Amino acid sequence: MSTTLIILALLIAGIVAFIVGIAKARSASNTPDTKMHSRLGYYGAYAGIWTVLPALILVLAWAGAEKTLITGLVKAELPSSIQELSAPQQNLIMNQVNAIAAGLPRLSAEDYKEVERSRLGFSPMSNAQTLLQDKGVVLGSAPEPFLISAAYDTAEYRSLSRWIITGIAAVLAILGFLYAIARIRPRLKARNSVEGVVKGVLIAASTVAILTTIGIISSVLFETINFFQKVSLSNFFFGTVWDPRFSSVGRELSGAEGQFGLIPLLWGTMFISIVALLVAVPIGLYAAIYMSEYASSRFRGVAKPVLEVLAGIPTIVYGLFALITFGPFLRDVGELVGLSISASSVLTAGIVMGIMIIPFVSSLSDDIISSVPQALREGSYGLGATKSETIRKVVLPAALPGIVGAVMLAASRAIGETMIVVLAAGIAANLTLNPLEPVTTITVKIVSQLTGDLEFNSPQTLVAFALGLTLFVVTLALNIYALYIVRKYREQYE
Amino acid sequence: MATTDTTAAGVTSGDVKARLNDPALLKRRYAAERRFQAYGLIALAIAMAFLVILFTSIITKGWSAFLQSYYTLEVQLPESEFKDSDGNITDRSIRLASYNNIARTALIETLGIEKPTRKQKREMREMFSRGIDLQIRQKIFDDRSVIGTTIPIDLIASGNVDSLLKGSIDRAVPEARRQLNDEQIAWIDKLVADGKLEKRFNWGIFQFGASSQPETAGLYVAVIGSFFMMLTVVLLAVPIGVAAAAYLEEFAPKNRFTDLIEVNINNLAAVPSIVFGLLGLAVFINFLGLPRSASLVGGLVLSLMTLPTVIIATRAAIRAVPPSIREAALGVGASKMQTLFHHVLPLALPGILTGTIIGLVQALGETAPLLMIGMVAFVVDAPSTPLEPATALPVQIYMWANEAERGFVERTMGATMVLLVFLFVMNATAVYLRRKFERKW
Repeated sequence: MSTTLIILALLIAGIVAFIVGIAKARSASNTPDTKMHSRLGYYGAYAGIWTVLPALILVLAWAGAEKTLITGLVKAELPSSIQELSAPQQNLIMNQVNAIAAGLPRLSAEDYKEVERSRLGFSPMSNAQTLLQDKGVVLGSAPEPFLISAAYDTAEYRSLSRWIITGIAAVLAILGFLYAIARIRPRLKARNSVEGVVKGVLIAASTVAILTTIGIISSVLFETINFFQKVSLSNFFFGTVWDPRFSSVGRELSGAEGQFGLIPLLWGTMFISIVALLVAVPIGLYAAIYMSEYASSRFRGVAKPVLEVLAGIPTIVYGLFALITFGPFLRDVGELVGLSISASSVLTAGIVMGIMIIPFVSSLSDDIISSVPQALREGSYGLGATKSETIRKVVLPAALPGIVGAVMLAASRAIGETMIVVLAAGIAANLTLNPLEPVTTITVKIVSQLTGDLEFNSPQTLVAFALGLTLFVVTLALNIYALYIVRKYREQYE
Repeated sequence: MATTDTTAAGVTSGDVKARLNDPALLKRRYAAERRFQAYGLIALAIAMAFLVILFTSIITKGWSAFLQSYYTLEVQLPESEFKDSDGNITDRSIRLASYNNIARTALIETLGIEKPTRKQKREMREMFSRGIDLQIRQKIFDDRSVIGTTIPIDLIASGNVDSLLKGSIDRAVPEARRQLNDEQIAWIDKLVADGKLEKRFNWGIFQFGASSQPETAGLYVAVIGSFFMMLTVVLLAVPIGVAAAAYLEEFAPKNRFTDLIEVNINNLAAVPSIVFGLLGLAVFINFLGLPRSASLVGGLVLSLMTLPTVIIATRAAIRAVPPSIREAALGVGASKMQTLFHHVLPLALPGILTGTIIGLVQALGETAPLLMIGMVAFVVDAPSTPLEPATALPVQIYMWANEAERGFVERTMGATMVLLVFLFVMNATAVYLRRKFERKW
């Protein structure tokens, strides 16, 4: 049985166990003076958990290990000429084996015999190829006999493994069920056990966040290490030229290694982010000040949601706007004043991105300005200051650390933003100070190195992970520092 | 004048009282006050103006994507066209029939051209979309008895004809540089005048999958893909997120482990989405061997990305339930777990739902991580399971944005409108739920 089927069967068994458990508990509480420790449902759940949980854990663990185990067993039996090949080539062969193994059960009995005959050399191998092809197994050339034998082994191991796990799961489920039913009596603390399991599930759910972080760091780090085995650290971190070349067979032989200079990408990212912040910080800050200090609550009720809409628009829409409307508009304006502005200039991407991050600046600044104690303002008014003087000389300095934190959070958004720059920024990695020229960013290059056909061992692909790690580290550092500042600021006034 | 004298004196002597009462200075200070206030209003106005410009630009460029030109022609389906070399009509021979010929003949009949030249025939073929094969074939497969009769069929016009009808091809441009020549335009005008060619609501945009021709490109595959992904997010991120939030708010002791979880959740919320894409590529596709371009993988990545949002929203909702509820439940003998499931969670449900919808909105609009896991695929047929290749709405927008043809620009904007409508409806639901169930304790 497939894993899904086993799990379904287990769930049905669990429901049956639940019902039986309740019935058992009811019959145990038959006499009027017995008092059950828990409500009836808990006894049912108790039986259900004992029936399902141990078997389920085993089935899932088995499903995880099965593939590696079978591949290992089959690999060991391949001819020695194959054993000497490199790991990626072996993987390729194992993929073929798996594909054939998946096709074998779909063959009719007669076709199966024919494949068997060609494996043993009684009929040409191409017969087997056509037969398998009809069942959706695409093979480049007639398979070698050892491939078919390996596929037989794989299929055999697979069905054997299925039988074993189905059997063990069934035994475990029955044992668990019998144990639970035998234990059901009025004094059994069923509720406590069931709640213990539920609590375990809750804890497991909350560790998913940690697992995700570990997953991100380990996966990106692992591929980055792979990358640095092929490309030197100085080439990446201190190189000023970005020219990865396309990966192609024989390129490594000719010795033409690509150049993976991070600096132009980092500069491009910073440049666009700086332009974005130059747009977003004044607008966001003034909007926040107006809304928290001047606006009536009715005005706030309208303006705040409008700003939130800006935050809710998907970034692809901003990117599209920059590409189709804003870029050409800027170019035409430039022509009018006699400037040549590239349609994918730093300004285009930066301004549109700036608009996107206005709400990040404004909503956090709004909170921070509102949390400046009223006493400070009143003190200032008492000395005869006007409202704007109070804001500029008293409220803003008091709120400054928090606002800096908000700006840093916005900056980390801008650095990690992808779709706007993918659509509206340039592709060529330029080291330029001219905001009218295009530059490219880290995120753009991650996307362009990873879309299309991938070859997972070339530095051209792996560099995306090194870029991703750089991005992750930079944004994480900004975030942690910003959150630290904001938290410290809040504590100051609490 | 006296006042200016006082000002000068005030400045030099430092007489604060006199300075404060100086009308000119006061005037300046009040002007500064008004300016400052105006800056705030201007900032808000810029943000709102941008919003207006964004929406108008999308709608003005995108509305025409919802119209498509169709011919209404009497199409003859002579048996001879569908016979193979042995004179039998089979599935295969129906597939191989020349639908171009059939459509062209219908057009020639309608226009009443006596003896069309070779050039005219070619020009006529150019006026049909390549999707007409499918259209006519579908009619025949639906009902074989139409072979040998003449039936009315609505045939899709080519992208250029559509552009002319929508006014985006300029008739004043010299013939040599125009996509349609004078003769074609004359035919089109005649057909329009006879009511044989007209713009209709473009249902196709919701029915077709990927196509290299704009007139037969649609969002169906993308909508199905996005639906599967949202389903995955609802089934994964919501239960896990609610469980995690419940644990952290109601049970977690204050220790290193729970601190670590909190820090992790806050940081994950700020990790750039593209990094989640890298995670998906490395873990789900390379390590676990799930198929590329599958909406399940997209859903998994989006679930991980949405999880912090759901957890944070749920925690806020649980925290908003007053302690007296918990104390009352505990007081009548409920266990902590019973208090949580019987009282706290049901009362926090509106908040949880709102948070969930906001998470879904975020997930639905997300593009970058999906590019990483190969959702940029040319998928013609809609997937029936989450393991088959699919695209997503925002990814489809991205792919169309990279196409050069005029028809695709309008479709890109049209698809954006569809995406925004989905997001708007979801947001409106969230706001409605919040308004309807919000409780002040």
